[in-house]
Amino acid sequence: MNFELTEEQQLIKETVRDFAEREIKPVAQELDEKAEFSYELTQKIGELGLFGMCLPEQYGGQGLDTLSYIIAVEEIARVDGSQAATLAAHNSLGISPLCEFGSEEQKMKYLPQLCTGDGLWSFGLTEPGAGSDSRGSKTTAVMDGDDWIINGSKIFITNGSADIAKGCTVQAISGEKDGKKIFTTILVEQDTPGFKAVPMHGKMMWRASDTAELFFDDVRVPKENLLGSIGEGSKIMLQTLDGGRLSIAAMGLGCAQGAFELALAYANERKQFGKPISKFQINAFKLADMATKIELARNLLYKACWLKDNKKPYSKEAAMSKLYCSEIAKEVADEAVQIHGGYGLMKDYDVERFYRDQRLLQIGEGTSEIQRLVISRQIGC
Amino acid sequence: MKVLVLISNVPDTTTKIRFTGDNTAFDESGVQWIINPWDELALTRAVELKEAGSVQSITVANVGTKATEATLRKALAVGADDAIRVDTEANDAFAVATQLAAIAKDYDLILAGIEASDYNGAAVGGMLAELLDFNSVSAVSGLQIEGDTLQVNRDIDGGSQLLSMSTPAVAIVQKGITKEPRIPAMRGIMMARKKPLNVVAPVGADDRTSFVNFELPPAKAACKMIDEENAKEIITLLHEEAKVI
Repeated sequence: MNFELTEEQQLIKETVRDFAEREIKPVAQELDEKAEFSYELTQKIGELGLFGMCLPEQYGGQGLDTLSYIIAVEEIARVDGSQAATLAAHNSLGISPLCEFGSEEQKMKYLPQLCTGDGLWSFGLTEPGAGSDSRGSKTTAVMDGDDWIINGSKIFITNGSADIAKGCTVQAISGEKDGKKIFTTILVEQDTPGFKAVPMHGKMMWRASDTAELFFDDVRVPKENLLGSIGEGSKIMLQTLDGGRLSIAAMGLGCAQGAFELALAYANERKQFGKPISKFQINAFKLADMATKIELARNLLYKACWLKDNKKPYSKEAAMSKLYCSEIAKEVADEAVQIHGGYGLMKDYDVERFYRDQRLLQIGEGTSEIQRLVISRQIGC
Repeated sequence: MKVLVLISNVPDTTTKIRFTGDNTAFDESGVQWIINPWDELALTRAVELKEAGSVQSITVANVGTKATEATLRKALAVGADDAIRVDTEANDAFAVATQLAAIAKDYDLILAGIEASDYNGAAVGGMLAELLDFNSVSAVSGLQIEGDTLQVNRDIDGGSQLLSMSTPAVAIVQKGITKEPRIPAMRGIMMARKKPLNVVAPVGADDRTSFVNFELPPAKAACKMIDEENAKEIITLLHEEAKVI
């Protein structure tokens, strides 16, 4: 077994960390406070080459492996959850299904502009009445001549309403067979008449990322906008979410690492009863537990990436990684606030933001409960 | 113009410094290695000049063992065209300058950081210019190329000089040479693996210095907070304890 990163992966890790520290960290708190999506940062992330990292070069990507991408998400999340959300959602949910299931024409049409930071693409799955039960969707797609007519709505869609949003991969019911819904996935460009994207405000976490509600009112798109084939929607959704789980896990891991580093630095600096609070065993052991959990999470997640990169089944490990990394993000951020005491409750301290940002991770892209369901089925329950 | 940028492989500036062998050697275990920050600025300026069309090629060079190749690879990712590693330990400034002199004579312009952030010797650039019999200017904070001539800004006490210099030359650069070091893009990292990294055998060169002993600086004293109303106590402490007044 070899647990060492390659020279290239190590350089990517250092490079993205450097970028996050230099470009994102100084503005993260202010963007969060104002709930402002930063076009400037999105542009810079694009220039760095983090959009389309795993995409083949002919479509504008970098042709890197999954682990390199996951390390990049982890390093951004170590500094700021919002920017990591923009990055992870665009790559895993926007670019990935287009690359995996798109026709050559669709790939050439959409992908190059999505790798530069000039455009974002979203994935429309969740609906007001269909969260964990994604088969409960109500959005429909009906053929009318050479067009699809889409009606319905989507909710909690990351990157769905930014000014640079170019479109959405929409999951819709296209018919019924033997009493079962047929799911089909269709590409809808942002400026299509009848399509409306409304930003969602008042978020507790990821406040500087874009979250949208999407409305489809007799949206007419040509039949060529079909992604994959009719009835392939569930497969596209499941496969996309498998990959998406790795990036949410990376966000959990990065969030935990960032919160841990803040807690350790604070514990070494803060003095009570005449010595740094890290010298009190109760805090030292807390920090030891945090570091151990992070190490475990990283090993599990990197193994899942290794399985994917080596074309081995990784669905179970992806669910385990998403579950574990997001759960320990909660535990580590919680203890990090505890170590900060009263200061940890103040917005001037980054740890307060980490504590809020982690809370999505056990809910988004499959709740912890759904991950346990996936794992339990995989292990033969 | 062919440019050579000297790259020193140094511990990350946040490294916790420890020693081994009864304080006679630096403990390298767990150390993260980086491009010397001043060399990184020099490299960034070279890349900017190449993008502006006044530099044809950029080579980076380092004296060190195979362990330093990751640092050279990063320099390639930032934008250098090729790299040379002289395959020997970098023990002292004169030995390093001697090794570099053997590979540097064909370049028009050599850029060296004003010092390396590990031992802060500030010697290699000047020694190399002397060994090659090249023009040399130190403390360079601005560099333009006009044809075969270099326009060089140099910081001096209370102001700055603008010098014109013919090539071949060594410019020993410091902060101000560029805004900030360039972060390599993913594409640069991908391309770096395909760029040549040539390993050359060292020439005979004796070290002229050796390390006898290392010592950590004394720990910083704790910060004392004094009530703003109590000016008398501040003066007493500055006089009797800090002994600055």
